[in-house]
Amino acid sequence: MRFMMLMIPKGYEKAAPGTLPDAEHVKAMMKYNESLQKAGVLLALDGLHPPSAGARVSFPGGKPRVTDGPFPEAKEVVGGYWMIQVKSKEEAIAWASRCPASGDETIEIRQVQELSELPEDVRKAAAGIEPRPGQRRGA
Amino acid sequence: MTVSETHGAIHAVWRIESARLIAGLARMVRDVGLAEELAQDALVAALERWPESGVPENPGAWLMATAKRRAIDELRRGKLLERKHEELGHAMEARRELTARDLEAAIDDDVGDDLLRLVFVSCHPVLSTEARVALTLRLLGGLTTEEIARAFLVPEATVAQRIVRAKRTLAEARVPFEVPRGEELAARLASVLQVVYLVFNEGYAATAGDDWMRPALCEDALRLGRILAELVPKEPEVHGLVALMEIQASRAGARVDPSGAPILLLDQDRARWDQLLIRRGLAALERAEGLGGALGPYALQAAIAACHARARTAAETDWSRIAALYDALAQLSPSPIVELNRAVALSMAFGPAAGLAAADALIAEPSLERYHLLPSVRGDLLAKLGRFEEARVELERAASLTRNVRERDLLLGRAAACARAALGRPDVS
Repeated sequence: MRFMMLMIPKGYEKAAPGTLPDAEHVKAMMKYNESLQKAGVLLALDGLHPPSAGARVSFPGGKPRVTDGPFPEAKEVVGGYWMIQVKSKEEAIAWASRCPASGDETIEIRQVQELSELPEDVRKAAAGIEPRPGQRRGA
Repeated sequence: MTVSETHGAIHAVWRIESARLIAGLARMVRDVGLAEELAQDALVAALERWPESGVPENPGAWLMATAKRRAIDELRRGKLLERKHEELGHAMEARRELTARDLEAAIDDDVGDDLLRLVFVSCHPVLSTEARVALTLRLLGGLTTEEIARAFLVPEATVAQRIVRAKRTLAEARVPFEVPRGEELAARLASVLQVVYLVFNEGYAATAGDDWMRPALCEDALRLGRILAELVPKEPEVHGLVALMEIQASRAGARVDPSGAPILLLDQDRARWDQLLIRRGLAALERAEGLGGALGPYALQAAIAACHARARTAAETDWSRIAALYDALAQLSPSPIVELNRAVALSMAFGPAAGLAAADALIAEPSLERYHLLPSVRGDLLAKLGRFEEARVELERAASLTRNVRERDLLLGRAAACARAALGRPDVS
């Protein structure tokens, strides 16, 4: 099963555009990332720019409305993520617990939904039109 | 934390730490079986103590320290010596190492080498393939005997016995705890890769009604492969195998329909291929290619899989490249199945006549005599060439050879269409 480990750094909701992690922090994180890689559990990871450089698209009345960052109402925001493949939620927690994170950081663990766990009608909707032999999907 | 939560946490720690723990201990005591017992003892100690004391800050180091204390106790009581009285020299060596070395420093040693030694010992040719698989999953995958039994649909006692016998065989054969060198390395590495791919294919062959432990074997194999890729980063075939498994796994969600029937590669909904795994597979293939030299069998198969993965639609598949890769594969590891696949690729790249010529060369092949795909492929190619009567005969023969009811119906349907076409009636399929 796959889990996303979401890094939530306190204060990142107010960070200025272009804010980047310092070298010391990156060095510690690199070592941690390497341990995930060596254990064969790491699928992907990325760091994200602060929300002040981003935007939100909301849908009041079903219509898209764009708000540029920062977002004063946001209490906590994601600063980056790891996608890992492990055997259990406990294992994901064990890996997250090893992160050399600072006192201002929280890691939220969320399991990725697999197609196989969805009910059949949802699966069918996700599958779209039944593929038929010889049928080509649009380019 | 409740006791059961703590137990869950301990098993997670075990999953993460057991291989390194066993590997480190095996270097010290020179006996994989004893190393695993010591590690298990440490696990039992954790299960007793952690629910009260809480999970320690560095659980791996705690387990290692506990296991080492046990090892020293054993030594002092002479148990180790007793166990190994036939190998007095070894035991003396182990004792010397245990007492003379700074044990705590050993924890911080680079465990990579130990892990690699453990990989090679678990996949040692002195063991049967079944034993290699069981031992690898147990010692390196951190799976319990029960989990291995469920995944391979055999009784737990059978797996337990396999593991006990494997450990005994390793001890009796005095298999050294080391990484093979020189010419031996290639052959031994091939054995390791074979075990990993076998585990993967066992998981890939699982069907919808199976216990979830079976498909989970694909993830276990991928994890082992990824670990290996970090342990021996300069071996192109390791990256080739990882690439092959990542790309094959990327199709897991697209290869069966909601009723559980298999969907052929070219008919799969490519929107459901896992792009993350495809990217990882292509990156692993690049690593294999980047190391230089001719591609090995795994890398070649991965390169073929990559051709499919890169094509946005089945029609965009680079068949001439696939045909060339099958040429190379047929030369490197010739097999009738590879030849048959090559025939299909040739037909897709250069037309049905080219494919049929290659497929016809396989008619006399004894190992394909009862294999339904040969007449199935020949039937298809003959039909494309307008030789409907011959095509009908081949498709009916294919139908009589397959054990899959659904596939038989499909083949008989195509045979009937050929019969109609042979009579000059319009083909309705």
